Amino acid sequence: MIDSGATWRQLLAVVGLLTFLSILFVAPIVLILAGSLKPEARVLSEAGTLRAFFPTRVSLQNYRDVFERVPVVLYLFNSGLINGLIVSLGLIVNSLAGYALARLRWPGRGRFLLLVLALLIIPFEALSVPLFYALSALGLRDTYMVQVLPFVANPLAIYLFYSFFLSLPAELEEAAQLDGAGPLRTFVVIIVPNAKPAFATVAIVMLLFHWGMYLWPLLMTAGESVRPLPLGIASFYSLPPRQWGDILAFSIIMVLPVLLLFMIFQRAFVRGVASSGVKG
Amino acid sequence: MAVRPATVPVGQRNLASWFVAPAALLLLAFMLLPFVLAVAISFTNLRLGSPLPVEWTGLRAYQRLFQDQTFGRALLNNLLFASVVVPLQTLLALALAVLLNQPVRGITIFRTVLFMPVIFPLSLLSVVWVLLLAPGPDGTINALLTTVSLGAWQPRDFLNDAIWALPSVMLVSIWQGTGFQMIVLLAGMQSIPKQLYEAAAGDGAGAWQRFRHVTLPQLRNSLVFVMIVTSILSFRVFDQVRIMTRGGPSDASTTVIFEAVRAAFDRAQVSRGAAMTVVFFLIVLTLTMLQRWLLRLGRPGVEK
Repeated sequence: MIDSGATWRQLLAVVGLLTFLSILFVAPIVLILAGSLKPEARVLSEAGTLRAFFPTRVSLQNYRDVFERVPVVLYLFNSGLINGLIVSLGLIVNSLAGYALARLRWPGRGRFLLLVLALLIIPFEALSVPLFYALSALGLRDTYMVQVLPFVANPLAIYLFYSFFLSLPAELEEAAQLDGAGPLRTFVVIIVPNAKPAFATVAIVMLLFHWGMYLWPLLMTAGESVRPLPLGIASFYSLPPRQWGDILAFSIIMVLPVLLLFMIFQRAFVRGVASSGVKG
Repeated sequence: MAVRPATVPVGQRNLASWFVAPAALLLLAFMLLPFVLAVAISFTNLRLGSPLPVEWTGLRAYQRLFQDQTFGRALLNNLLFASVVVPLQTLLALALAVLLNQPVRGITIFRTVLFMPVIFPLSLLSVVWVLLLAPGPDGTINALLTTVSLGAWQPRDFLNDAIWALPSVMLVSIWQGTGFQMIVLLAGMQSIPKQLYEAAAGDGAGAWQRFRHVTLPQLRNSLVFVMIVTSILSFRVFDQVRIMTRGGPSDASTTVIFEAVRAAFDRAQVSRGAAMTVVFFLIVLTLTMLQRWLLRLGRPGVEK
């Protein structure tokens, strides 16, 4: 902490160090943006110079290429729909489970909590093999549903909600119960409005987890009609010659919606993390 | 795990289970059942396109796995990855959080900038790092190292280099993951009561002593949380490997999940992939429990 005794030198050191580290952290992202605005030939030829981080001759050709080679609008719509459903359904399902774990008494609660923590370990990629065969056999390939349902219940989200609800003061519910409200009413009317930061945190965490998802939609979709945005990158990356300018432009297009949402919810997100993260 | 005293009358127990039912059903259908299925498959010889009939083969898939050098290397890489990434990332995040916790006007700009890599999907960033780590003197990182070392650095092909491939994957993971830990720790620091610092300063404690005796103990829960979550996520490393190195060169950067997916989908060895998943789960579960236990020891007199 810099207190009243803080010197100019300390202040300068903090800001200087932060500036240096911020430049290191953000440099690759600046390169993405700069490269996306350059003619293809310059992306590689300038990669080893400082000019890699500045668009020396601005051109939107890469963006035009992307829109020509990939059905961007369709993919964007699909991604928006899939992620919107995952996040909104996920907020409901996981917050209810987290609340029941933190605040209600029911048989099997301890075991369910252990199950949630154990499932947190298993990466979805590892389960994608048996799931792929099971869901294909059910004829669910090439649907939105198969890209949404497996991700709605999320162990990490349940755990975050659980931690947050544990930290809420018990008086909140006691007052509601004195008024004769049942658990569901208490949850909707009292708890949810007091848990906005937790909802913002889980929404952003779930979105960050799923927005870039690649393997699962690749397995489960054959046609373009229900494919999400990340599959578009294969059009530029996998087929030689690699069009780096197009890849970078596509990256910017892909991350823009998430960036906007993050900017909007940043404050609530930071507060939500504060109250979710404190319970080991 | 902490279990709170009930706050709801006994008569509402049944209603409580309705709160859990949707999540429980979905977890059952899309995680638990597939996992049970994977366990079952791992005891068979299931192989797609194989003329042999599917039959129970007991532990044969596991026996083969433990004689397999690639799998051994994948396990070793996973352990190396976690033991480098988790401490380094946590220390870096802690240092950044300390810097960001200073009362300097406009400091939140740095917070946003340092958080930026977290917003980008890993699959996408991995592609971009392939460009940054390009071989030869024109690659961005190679050129940077040559400049910084005044020409002493010999440009190399990081992602095709037995020594550099895995550290490259680690670098990208740390760079992308630090911001999230940083936010959690910063938030934890900001909820420490100011009076504690004032009291410590009144006792003549310097900046380091205040960090050591006020910040660290108060931050304990946040630190435990980020370390456990980061450890679990670090074992799941997949996207970076798939895109940057495909496990190469000669298994130098392969990981268990990458091998499991490759076995099942690229080589149709479904039972082998399933066995890897099961072994992976058991190892990470053991390590996580061990880690929780270790982190709990040494907690001064706090029992939840």
